[in-house]
Amino acid sequence: MSPVRPRNSFAYLAAVLIVGITVVPILFVVVGGFRTTAQINAAPSALPDPWVLDNYTFILSSPNFWRFLGNSALIAVVATVLAVGLGSMAAFALSRYTFRGRETVYGLFTLGLLFPLGVASLPLYLLLRQLGMLENPFGVAIPEAAFSLAITIVILRPFMHSIPAEVEEAAVLDGTSRLGFFWRILLPLSVPALTTVTVLAFVTSWNAYQLPFLVFNESQNFTLPLGVTAFQAQYTQDTARIFAFTALSMLPALGFFVLAERRIVGGLTGSVKG
Amino acid sequence: MMREVATSARDEPVAVTAGPVRAAVARTARRPGSTRKRLELVLLLGPALLLFVGFVLVPIGVAGYYSVYDWTGFGSLQKFVGLDNYVQALTGKVFQQAVTHNLIIVALSLVIQLPLSVGMALLLNRRLRGRALLRLVVFAPYVLAEATSAVIWLLLLQPKGFVDTSLRSVGLGGLVHQWLADPDIVLYTLFVVITWKYIGFGIILLLAGLQGIPPELREAAALDGAGAWQATRHVLLPLLGPTIRVWIFLSVIGSLQLFEVVWIMTLGGPANASTTMATYLIDHGFKRYEFGYGSAVAVILFVICFVFALLYQRFALRRDTEGAMTRLAG
Repeated sequence: MSPVRPRNSFAYLAAVLIVGITVVPILFVVVGGFRTTAQINAAPSALPDPWVLDNYTFILSSPNFWRFLGNSALIAVVATVLAVGLGSMAAFALSRYTFRGRETVYGLFTLGLLFPLGVASLPLYLLLRQLGMLENPFGVAIPEAAFSLAITIVILRPFMHSIPAEVEEAAVLDGTSRLGFFWRILLPLSVPALTTVTVLAFVTSWNAYQLPFLVFNESQNFTLPLGVTAFQAQYTQDTARIFAFTALSMLPALGFFVLAERRIVGGLTGSVKG
Repeated sequence: MMREVATSARDEPVAVTAGPVRAAVARTARRPGSTRKRLELVLLLGPALLLFVGFVLVPIGVAGYYSVYDWTGFGSLQKFVGLDNYVQALTGKVFQQAVTHNLIIVALSLVIQLPLSVGMALLLNRRLRGRALLRLVVFAPYVLAEATSAVIWLLLLQPKGFVDTSLRSVGLGGLVHQWLADPDIVLYTLFVVITWKYIGFGIILLLAGLQGIPPELREAAALDGAGAWQATRHVLLPLLGPTIRVWIFLSVIGSLQLFEVVWIMTLGGPANASTTMATYLIDHGFKRYEFGYGSAVAVILFVICFVFALLYQRFALRRDTEGAMTRLAG
């Protein structure tokens, strides 16, 4: 046992170090929101003295914050429903039908894994402009859904493929059509994988910056990430409010993450592992 | 997961075009006939294919078309310039700088982030108390939006801000720099921010890989007289190979497309000292309305990523995930 102990204490030391480096910047912003700008200017890394709630109440009572939040939520929900809905239909066809060209179609979708939306953002912007979809939440949600299809199908297909053929045969014997089997049996059985792809699509859309930045010019259409940067640029003299705004904008993502951590981590590691 | 797909795919004949459906080969040779099956396939695959082709493939193709024109986005495409936009980008000093910056970030990630992630993952793979909480905390920055992370670090790095005063208070005041305003330093400052944001992902990925390695292997190595370091070097690391290769792939693709953190924190400045290909693309293509030229830059960025992905799939990932990519490309 004795040679193990010092190594473990080294591990604990490393753990504490990582936690510190990870958490301190986040805490700094949250705690900074409870200070006044004068306090922050006088001593940048001190604790609040006294603690003030003004910054947070100011942000929470400003219509802009809620508008950004609502815009983000609408876009993320539309993108997620589209990606998961259409993706699960495609994954069903690609996993439980046999037809010529199946692997080619699958290969086409996996191409999407190689390119995050960033590569195509300018061409997408030009396309959306052509379609008259600038300043339109769907102009962001639909391309985001399209780019989420790849990971959705790559995760769902093997999962659906692994559900035994006997289950399907039993359903067929009971007179269920193939689409009925998909809707009533396969989808409910796929809930674990569906949760993973839902979380991934939602978080990707929620955090997106580049496409919304190109598509939205009017601040009433901004999503939360755009709002944070715009607020930061606009209130340069009022540091405390920037802290509060940034802290509040982190909350939904962090809360969502704490609730769905296993799914996010499991989904990411599972989807990229061999 | 992918391996399973690949093996199952190998049994099937690989068709080149999506031709008419052959009902005869259907796994459950059902009677309703091929027409119905074809209809179902169209219904199931059609919408996803339409969405994917329309908003992923078409934009990239259209960029190729725009890229041979001198176009400011207004009026019709009239000034055909051939490959001039490409020549201008590839020979331009600022774009070359941008490519260099991307390559520096790629290299720094491989040399610094990778060993750091592997080391941390090996340490955290022990039975520590509170490991679940640790995983949660380490992963948190990855979940934050890039924009939020960038703003957090803008606040931390302000002159005489948190980072500066903290360094001074522990007697390291000599290290204080103009983190974002000094052209010699700014790229490395941004690299630290990127590392903060993404290292948790690497650690979690590698931890998952480590947990897939049966403990018996380590024990067997110990029985054969291998020390802790030898067991790690010759047993764990080779078995971690597939995970590491996936991490490298994701890291390089991410570094080549680096945008948000740079754009929000420095806009590629000062004096282009932190420009990346993606910020250059948005700066010219979007801010300055050089849509033809910007499209050419987008195509270049796309080709660089695509060629890397293809080569990497073929030569490094092949053993691990014989993905559809390799087959599609021949």
